[in-house]
Amino acid sequence: MSDQVAIQLQKATKRFTSPNGKSFTALRDLDLTVAAGEFTAVVGPTGCGKSTTLALISGLEAPSAGTVRVFGEPVSAVGRSVGYVFQRDAVFPWKSVLDNVAMGPRMRGVDTGQANAEARQWIARVGLDGFERYYPHQLSGGMRKRVALAQTLINHPKILLMDEPFSALDVQTRALMENELLDLWASTGSSVVFVTHDLEEAIGMADRVVVITAGPGTVKGTYRVDLPRPRNIAEIRFQPRFIELYGEIWNDLRDEVLVSYERTKNRVAS
Amino acid sequence: MLVQVLRVVLAIVILGTWEITTRVGCYGPDSGTCVVDPFFFGQPSGIWTQLVKWVQVGTAQGPLWEQIAVTLEETVLGFAIGVVLGIIFGVALGRNRLLSDVLGPYIKAMNAMPRVVLGSIFTIALGLEMPSKVALAVVLVFFVVFFNAFQGVREVDRDLLANARILGASQRQLSRHVILPSALSWILASLHTSFGFALVGAIVGEYLGARKGIGLMIATAQGTFNANGVFAAMFILAVVAIVAEALVTKLEDRLIKWRPNAITEVSI
Repeated sequence: MSDQVAIQLQKATKRFTSPNGKSFTALRDLDLTVAAGEFTAVVGPTGCGKSTTLALISGLEAPSAGTVRVFGEPVSAVGRSVGYVFQRDAVFPWKSVLDNVAMGPRMRGVDTGQANAEARQWIARVGLDGFERYYPHQLSGGMRKRVALAQTLINHPKILLMDEPFSALDVQTRALMENELLDLWASTGSSVVFVTHDLEEAIGMADRVVVITAGPGTVKGTYRVDLPRPRNIAEIRFQPRFIELYGEIWNDLRDEVLVSYERTKNRVAS
Repeated sequence: MLVQVLRVVLAIVILGTWEITTRVGCYGPDSGTCVVDPFFFGQPSGIWTQLVKWVQVGTAQGPLWEQIAVTLEETVLGFAIGVVLGIIFGVALGRNRLLSDVLGPYIKAMNAMPRVVLGSIFTIALGLEMPSKVALAVVLVFFVVFFNAFQGVREVDRDLLANARILGASQRQLSRHVILPSALSWILASLHTSFGFALVGAIVGEYLGARKGIGLMIATAQGTFNANGVFAAMFILAVVAIVAEALVTKLEDRLIKWRPNAITEVSI
C-alpha cells in the first residue's frame, strides 16, 4: 500500500430535487480520503447516502458543493479508471456471458477478437468457464454476480466501487464470493470503496471502516482494521480482535441506525 | 390430446347447430317454421359453396387470389411503414425530453380520436387505389408501435444505463447496446396487435371505396344481401390473420431468445 491518495472527497454535498419540488440533502460536508490500494468499507443505516457517495466518485453524479478528486484530478465525467459493481443485477440480459464480459473492452475500442480472448480469461478467473454462451436468466444469482465482477475487473479499474454487491446472495454463496473478491483484489492492487450495511462484512474485508451518519450523510468515525491478510471471511469473525473492533464500531453505528429507524417509523405514522 | 378432441367437438357442435337451425323447416311448404333464417344469418354449407365458387370461378371483381393479394399487399405495406415510423418516433421522443414535452399532447389527442374516420379523408384525398388503404393502415399501426417503443425507451433500467456508461459506452453505444435491445421486447409485443390493426385498416379502407380487395368483397356481398358471402370473406380474413400471427411469433422468438418469458398480449 502506498501513501498516494486515490480518492478525495472534501466537504462534498449532494442535494436532489424531488418531483414535487422539495429539496432533499443526501450528503452534507462529507470528507473521505482513500489511499491507493486501500480497501475501504463504508457502513451506515439505510438511506444515509452511501450509494450517492459512490455515484459522486464514479462521476455518474456531480456534487452540489465541495470537491471530488480521483488521483488528484477533479471528477467531471464518468472516469475510465473506475469500475462499479451494482447492488442489483446490472448485467445485460440480452447479452451472453461472453458478450457481457467483453462489453468493457469493446466499448473502449478494442477489436472483437481480442476483447473476446480477454473476456474468456476473466470468465475462467471467476470460475465460469463453460458458461460463455449462457444468458443471464439461465444463471443463478451468485453466477450473475461473478459475471458482473468479471465485467468490471476486465477494464483494470484503479478504483473499484462496490454498492452492497453481495446483499442479495444467500449466506454461503456470500462468504465464498467475499473470499474470491479478496483474492482477485489482492492481484490487482486497486483501491476499493465497498458500501455495505453489514458490519461483519465490512470488518472482515476492509483495511478501514468508515461510519456514515443517518441522512444527510457525513462521516461519523473511521476505524483501521488491523487484522492480518490473507483473511478467510468465514473464520475471521471468531478472532478476539475482530470481536473487539465490532463492539467499538457498533457503538458508533447503533445510534445512527436508531435515528434512521425512528425517522422511518414517524414517516409511516404521519 | 383431450384438448384437441374437445376443440373439434366444439367446432362440430357450433357449426352443426347453425346448419340444423337454418335448415329444419326452412324449405318447402312449411318454410314459416324456420328457427333461424339462412337469408339473414347464412348457413355453413352455403358459406362453403360460396368459398368453392370463389376459388373456382372467381369473385365479382376478379379472381379470388388477386383480392387476397391486394389486401395483403396493403396490409403488409401499411404494417411495415407504420412500424418503422412508430419505432423512429417512439425512440426519438423517448430519448428527447423537449421533443416529447412539445409533441406529447398532440399525440395523445390524435390517439384519443377514433382514427378509422380518417379513412374517409384518405379515400377522398388519395383515391380508390392502394395508397388510401395503406395510409389508413399506417395510421392505425403507428400509434400502437409508437406508444410501446416510447414506453420501452422510458422503462430502460437505470442501473443498466449507469453500468454501460461506467464500462465506457458513448451515447451511440448506449442506444445500440442498451436502449434498443431493452425497448425491443416492448416493440415486439406490440407487433401482434398492430398486424391486426393493419388488416383492419386495409379492410375498412377497401370497404369505404376500392376497386379490389377482400373489404370490397364484403361490401359487395352486403349490397346483394349475400350473408354467406360476408361470412366466407370473414373466414378468409381469419386464415390470413392466423398465418400472420404465427409469422410474428416466429420473428419474436428469433429476436429475443435471451428472454425467459416474453411480455406478450394476453392470449389463449
